[in-house]
Amino acid sequence: MAKKKTIRTIPQERTPMRELDPAVRAKNFDEVACGYTAVDAMREAERCLLCPDQPCVSGCPVGIDIPGFIQSIGEKDLRGAYDILTSTNLLPAICGRVCPQENQCEGVCTVGESLESVAIGRLERFVGDTAIKEGWINIPYIEPNRFKVGIVGSGPAGMACAADMAKAGCDVTVFEAFHQPGGVLKYGIPDFRLPNAVIDAEIDKLRKFGVKFECNTLVGRLFTVEQMTGEMGFDAVFVGVGAGYPTMLGIPGDSLNGVLSANELLTRCNLMRAKEFPAFDTPQPSARRVAVVGAGNTAMDAMRVSIRLGAEKVYCIYRRSAKEAPARAEEVHHAEQEGVEFHWLTNPVAVLDDGKGSVRGMRCVRMELGEPDDSGRRRPIPVAGSEFDFEVDLIVYAIGTNANPIMGQTSKLRLNQWGYIATDEHLATSMAGVFAGGDIVTGAATVIEAMGAGRKAARSMKAYLGLRDIHRPYAGGGASLFGIDRSERNFARVQVV
Amino acid sequence: MKERPMSNFEIVKREDFSDVTYLLEVRHPLMAKAAKPGQFVIVMLNEHGERIPLTIADFDRERGTITLVIQAVGKTTRQMQQECRVGSSLYAMVGPMGVPSPISHAKKVICVGGGLGVAPIYPQARGFKEGGAYVIGVVGFRNKSLVFWEDKFRACCDEFIICTDDGSAGIKGLVTAGIEQAIAKHPDIDEVVAIGPPIMMKGCADATRPHKIKTMVSLNPVMVDGTGMCGGCRVKIGDQVKFACVDGPDFDGHLVDFDDLMMRLRRYTKEERVALDHWEKSCRMQKAIDVAADASPLNP
Repeated sequence: MAKKKTIRTIPQERTPMRELDPAVRAKNFDEVACGYTAVDAMREAERCLLCPDQPCVSGCPVGIDIPGFIQSIGEKDLRGAYDILTSTNLLPAICGRVCPQENQCEGVCTVGESLESVAIGRLERFVGDTAIKEGWINIPYIEPNRFKVGIVGSGPAGMACAADMAKAGCDVTVFEAFHQPGGVLKYGIPDFRLPNAVIDAEIDKLRKFGVKFECNTLVGRLFTVEQMTGEMGFDAVFVGVGAGYPTMLGIPGDSLNGVLSANELLTRCNLMRAKEFPAFDTPQPSARRVAVVGAGNTAMDAMRVSIRLGAEKVYCIYRRSAKEAPARAEEVHHAEQEGVEFHWLTNPVAVLDDGKGSVRGMRCVRMELGEPDDSGRRRPIPVAGSEFDFEVDLIVYAIGTNANPIMGQTSKLRLNQWGYIATDEHLATSMAGVFAGGDIVTGAATVIEAMGAGRKAARSMKAYLGLRDIHRPYAGGGASLFGIDRSERNFARVQVV
Repeated sequence: MKERPMSNFEIVKREDFSDVTYLLEVRHPLMAKAAKPGQFVIVMLNEHGERIPLTIADFDRERGTITLVIQAVGKTTRQMQQECRVGSSLYAMVGPMGVPSPISHAKKVICVGGGLGVAPIYPQARGFKEGGAYVIGVVGFRNKSLVFWEDKFRACCDEFIICTDDGSAGIKGLVTAGIEQAIAKHPDIDEVVAIGPPIMMKGCADATRPHKIKTMVSLNPVMVDGTGMCGGCRVKIGDQVKFACVDGPDFDGHLVDFDDLMMRLRRYTKEERVALDHWEKSCRMQKAIDVAADASPLNP
């Protein structure tokens, strides 16, 4: 019988994961984090105590059975681990790479209280990558029903919703405005963090489930959501168009040549492959010195892309301090290793003109932290008289986004005061049969939250269509009655006396 | 894995107006049904291509086609001129993008098209005519040999004025001369719609400003996605910043900061030159290969 694991008997150090050398990787777009080997994964799986509390499961936005899949890895049953993972999260190779685990599962891990937490994200990625390599796919027999479902947007929310509805037997079509599916995964997250090959492999898996992808389709303009539920015959629609409309600083010089949003830089580089110009036609702005305003994941991506595009100096300009930076810890760490210079507590006040309509430099003011604001973070206040100028050739704004306006312009979907789609707690919108989730509802958030929203909307859509969900695992406790979700509300309550 | 586009965006008609301007009619029944005057598409010629915005010059809901009139200026438009024949396909075409032009209840309008702007102003002129307005069409070309669609305009305009730089057709002068002529004759013009190069639209806005006539223009900044997510097409309208792809492309000409637009249009001039040189070099190399192949003793 195996000896019971305690905090003292497990490997004390977290298994390191090989990463590309910073000096080398700053010149190419190869994936930086190399992933675990099978030996690494076994050792790291050992470190999970399989504790009774399971805080990691509640820490996960979609409630993956984390101890379950880690135990399977330990038993060398990788296929079993994949089955457990995919019963809740369909895209483990993606989430393992981009989830902010330190704020989710790993942040509450029991082992993490005294040692470094179990590297749950790396283990998830290991299983996901193995599945891609081995070509595993779990397609149970699916009884097709007569329901036609439309998904607007092929980003993480749309993909997750599509998978669930396809597994339920619906005829699912995903509409995407770009010429390639993937949404923010494709255009926003660079190859060195999330390779396009991984995204395409996961999309192919969805195709095997029968999901159809129609690209070059701008829903709202080519046809409206009303037309979808009307003459086009869709029985239910999910809107996951994202919140990509970038925010500009609104300071003088915003429109000078050489100022662009992070979205534009990343779309040119990642989706349009401008890094390979002129083999690919889309140009990208080249610059010796780049300043990126912001410290979220998008800002980190913009900085690390700029380094790889050949910038000699890349600055991060952020008005708060390092502690308040919203980016994933690993991204800040990687950016530092690759040579980004961080200027915390610094806020731009103007972009300086070179007299020919292009950027010459930037004027900033130093900040200090005052009392906390609504978000709970300490509010930055300018230090009077601390303005200074410095020279740059390119300025990238990564300070947040707003709702994409096209849905609001072209449909009667009710929006909230900030322009996002208004939904109830089941993600239903003001139009019958139309559901929405992801950034277009919540504002800019993470990939896993978008996927969680896609899955939640799928549950609501199945309830709306009257579909019994035979694939959803029994959620224990009082949540379901013989597998029937009490919140479905399409059966009469029976009191047990 | 290569993504196959929804339909094959097949070209069903091609017409060359000059050695730089050409027309392509592309099959897209859904888009033909949805398109309205003032909207545009974003097109990719092939997988390596860039995304370029092109105004929808016309749409035929029965035939299920969209018409694009293109000027061969940069690498992509020149390559399209060379490669797009009847039966060939575009890699991607998405639209109709932009807010449709508000065909207002104006009773008397001047529809102004300069150079390439002549094509997209046509559906607007037709739209106003169908709405019952009195339409004065003013079109400008460099010289007589570049004039196209004269008959189409005469069919939907109550008055039609051609302006040429050298006076070889119509009146000699820029379209602003045509506008002045129309305003002088009609004191009751409700609205002017002007489409063409930014400098021309600026000139039209300046011409109508003293007469306080509402002037709508269609802006053509550099674009990437066309769906409002990159901000590359941002323009200054009054004291606000708008995205031409989702807030426009039509704006009030008297509020547009044309100098800012023209400055921002130049931001990739260096790269555009590199792309053109690179492509012309590969064309020369291809031609040399073809010539050598023809002359080869192995050629049957």
